[in-house]
Amino acid sequence: MTTTTLHPRLQDIADEFNGIPSAERLQLLLEFSQDLPPLPARYAEHPDLLEPVPECQSPLFLAVEVDQDATVHLFFDAPREAPTTRGFAGILQAGLDGLSADEVLATPGEFSSQLGLQDLVSPLRLRGMAAMLARIKRQIRERHR
Amino acid sequence: MAVPYDSAAKFAEYAHPEMVVTTEWVSRHLDDADLVVAESDEDVLLYETGHVPGAVKLDWHTELNDPVTRDYVDGPGFARLMSQEGISRDTTLVLYGDKNNWWAAYALWVCSLFGHPDLRLMDGGRTKWIAEGRPVSTDVPQRPQGIYPVIDRDDGQIRAFQDQVLAHLGKPMIDVRSPGEYSGELLHMPDYPQEGALRGGHIPGARNVPWSRAAAEDATFRTRAELEAIYAGEAELHPEDDVVVYCRIGERSSHTWFVLQHLLGYPQVRNYDGSWTEWGNTVRVPIARGEKP
Repeated sequence: MTTTTLHPRLQDIADEFNGIPSAERLQLLLEFSQDLPPLPARYAEHPDLLEPVPECQSPLFLAVEVDQDATVHLFFDAPREAPTTRGFAGILQAGLDGLSADEVLATPGEFSSQLGLQDLVSPLRLRGMAAMLARIKRQIRERHR
Repeated sequence: MAVPYDSAAKFAEYAHPEMVVTTEWVSRHLDDADLVVAESDEDVLLYETGHVPGAVKLDWHTELNDPVTRDYVDGPGFARLMSQEGISRDTTLVLYGDKNNWWAAYALWVCSLFGHPDLRLMDGGRTKWIAEGRPVSTDVPQRPQGIYPVIDRDDGQIRAFQDQVLAHLGKPMIDVRSPGEYSGELLHMPDYPQEGALRGGHIPGARNVPWSRAAAEDATFRTRAELEAIYAGEAELHPEDDVVVYCRIGERSSHTWFVLQHLLGYPQVRNYDGSWTEWGNTVRVPIARGEKP
């Protein structure tokens, strides 16, 4: 049996969610949505540079940059009225931004199911988060060969 | 003591004016002891970002549905949920939510399956409350436990199952989805994930009236005259018609159910909550494609 290990930063986030009662997990998700950094001017002024993620139930756009040394930077845009989608973006930003391309690519696709949110959030929304991760990985593969 | 009705002139035109209240009315009645305001949204976190002060949250996904079977909560489950939110059988329950009250109408429909006596929808919902700059709060109210009896759910009056819809073919039916879903081009709303059904199209004979046509730009319901022009005029419903409404999972069609049943007063309106995710996946049921009924 193969075990997929999470990067310690993602593992910390997963542990944080799973370590609190179910009722408090939405509050934690809300904090991630509030901590999502705003877009830098180069994207805020050029939304055409962002990739839409239609799998999310609410509008979400993302951009991926890979430095010369293979460090990954992630940028997300989601409306304030869509806090769940923002929260998922916030988790990926907090967990993956600054990791190496290989570390991001090694993130298991089913990471969204390891946060203990299945009973609180509809499966369609969790699939939206998985779709964000899949699109991030595809962009990294395109940029970093 | 019963909570008074909202006497707004626009509502007086409706068949059941007691079922709707304005944001203004809600702001004046927030402290009424016999009234509970509940928010029901598509986004499960929206309530937590700030809600009408004192409002409780009713979540369609985790609270109104059975967690295992595709069905709604049963009598004991509903009684538990209501009591826990501080709602008693004689409480006036005012619902509101995001997306033109689409989920709030869904919650109201589910509460109607249990015959809650006094249900009202806040016209314009969350959008209007916020647009008017009214106060919001992140405090979760601690209401005393309500006293709610176990009431058997009555699926016979306002809910339709697939076999009943098959028997209803040829009678008035409204498909409230977007034109692309109706014609069979899309299996979900525009800009939403394509999922949920193996076949596209609509139930033969159903007229397409997208649910959002009943809402004005500020998310409030259109006036009775405007609604009649749409449903009696364009969709050719007759005053005595027995009508079935459906969408994808029964949420958007709850909004139209509310309009037909309570604002226009059709005598029998049933929401087919199995909707397209059941019909479009069922072997050998008839399906029509294209723009015509």
